Amino acid sequence: MSTTGANGSIVPAIVVRGLVKSFGEVQAVRGVDFEVATGEVFGFLGPNGAGKTTTINMLCTLAKPSAGSATVAGHDVVRERDDVRRNIGLVFQDPTLDGYLTAAQNLKLHAELYGVQSNLVAQRMRQVMEMVGLWERKDSAVATFSGGMRRRLEIARGLMHSPRVLFLDEPTIGLDPQTRRSIWTYIRELKQREEITIFMTTHYMDEAEWCDRIAIMDHGQIVALDAPETLKAQVGRDRVTIHTDDDSAAIAALAQKFGIEAVIAEGAVTFGVASGEEFVPRLFADLGLPIRAVSVSRPTLDDVFMSYTGSTIRDAEEDQSKHKNRVMMQMMTGGRR
Amino acid sequence: MSTTVQRDESTGTPPATGSPLVRVTVPKRSLASELRAIKIVWRRELIRFRSDRIRIVTTLVQPLLFLFVLGAGLQSVSRAGTHGVDLKTFIYPGILCIAVMFTAMFSAASIVWDREFGFLREMMVAPIRRSSIVIGKCLGGATVASFQGVIVICLAGLVHVPYDPLMILGIFGLQLLLAFSITAFGVMIAVRIKQMQSFMGVMQMIVMPMFFISGALFPVAGLPVWLTVLNRLDPLTYAVDPMRRLVFSHLTISPAARHALDSGVTWWGWRVPSLLEAGMILVLGLVMLGVAIWEFSVTE
Repeated sequence: MSTTGANGSIVPAIVVRGLVKSFGEVQAVRGVDFEVATGEVFGFLGPNGAGKTTTINMLCTLAKPSAGSATVAGHDVVRERDDVRRNIGLVFQDPTLDGYLTAAQNLKLHAELYGVQSNLVAQRMRQVMEMVGLWERKDSAVATFSGGMRRRLEIARGLMHSPRVLFLDEPTIGLDPQTRRSIWTYIRELKQREEITIFMTTHYMDEAEWCDRIAIMDHGQIVALDAPETLKAQVGRDRVTIHTDDDSAAIAALAQKFGIEAVIAEGAVTFGVASGEEFVPRLFADLGLPIRAVSVSRPTLDDVFMSYTGSTIRDAEEDQSKHKNRVMMQMMTGGRR
Repeated sequence: MSTTVQRDESTGTPPATGSPLVRVTVPKRSLASELRAIKIVWRRELIRFRSDRIRIVTTLVQPLLFLFVLGAGLQSVSRAGTHGVDLKTFIYPGILCIAVMFTAMFSAASIVWDREFGFLREMMVAPIRRSSIVIGKCLGGATVASFQGVIVICLAGLVHVPYDPLMILGIFGLQLLLAFSITAFGVMIAVRIKQMQSFMGVMQMIVMPMFFISGALFPVAGLPVWLTVLNRLDPLTYAVDPMRRLVFSHLTISPAARHALDSGVTWWGWRVPSLLEAGMILVLGLVMLGVAIWEFSVTE
């Protein structure tokens, strides 16, 4: 079932035009535009506080856009709220299961709320629960489930009514690496089986690699949008990280001697060069400063993020939470070091 | 648990693995789908209540303490005033009301729990009206509270109240009405409150005064003026009074006792009829339900 428009042409699963959301004076989302094709796994990547959840909430009709428009499964999120809701499945960042009820009761309740045909509920329930490997536990109270099991059950529930678009807001947050991996396996399988469009947010760089396309969001704006491989190829440079005793002197020396603009990221001097391995010997020979450690890595999405935003995603997050502290520290100490 | 599994196997649900995809569709919103949503919200309240046996007991402890301990304990000092009627018999209708009231308030609190534990969001994003959620909650709370009321009705014999079928039917109807209105009241408050602790605080502040002022524990005639005014303003008064009138009409007691204990609620000397009192409870309940729906609809 692809999303087909009135004239028979394929309509993108999601179309967003100039979407803005402000809370008072603060603009959480500052005019984003993008389209998601039917059947795509589309990732929204960015640090906490970048506006990912706010965007997802607008697409799910949970928040009203301050400006701009969006259609999901061919329906306007403001004017055709119910039609959007009938066609989307949601998995929130925070759990929304009823722990008192059993897994099966939670799914049944969902099917009733959405008005799924009664004669198909049992079959559909079995199908989605088997997909996430929870069929054997269907009669256990959700309160007895582990975090990973709950997240899987939430995904199964989000699929109960055969949505055209499944929204996953940080589906793997707070889970151990193994569970994260299994959740991703389910998501990829899901795409194969259900002809569904998946829109998800994450702030784990490594997970974004699973997406067909990703949009990098920073400070309420999309700074890059493409397939992960394309984005990495665009960076095209190796990342060199060095540890020195005097980082600011090292940055100055790099600029003076090599014409390289380096920054401090995650506590180390970081910069990009075309060929890392060949650059390292020159670095040791000519920098004129003792180097304690050096590492060279191929471009990752971290580098993509960095090349567009000037900081790593982890630093950006710290920046969000510690912004005030940092400003105060800088005022007191007169800058870093 | 095992029986459920067996039943599912025997109905021959085809195994999902490798089988064609079961595709369902979500119909457009209609009255039928809203009724279905109301029904499942109502049923969820019942399932949760049934699985929470401790709650069934704990919400009954306080009313039963009042009935049996306070009733028996104060019997000797009240003997002169009750004209030979057991104090327990006298406070029984009032205790029935508060048993229902406590349970109904507790049910309404589940909206606050649902919000805290995130489940409310699951209902809020479903393609249904917000009013269906509120109506389902109110009906669920009312059902659960009436169930507690039925337990208290069963105890009637212990406090010398006869098991008269008509009276029991009347009591049941009245307590159902009360349960609905109190749940609507609780939901109206719960919608605005984000934390359980605050809700419990507000409840203590509202429920206990309402209970004490209502005349559940004392006759409402001949009170000091300030208390008379408060009593006539307390909505619970108009639930306790018809309940007591109904119970007392089935007791064989002296006219003096009847006059002292069941003189009833008056407005400037006019005895307010039971039907009007019940009507007031119903109207109040519907108004509060309306407010709750409105509040719930405007929250994001």
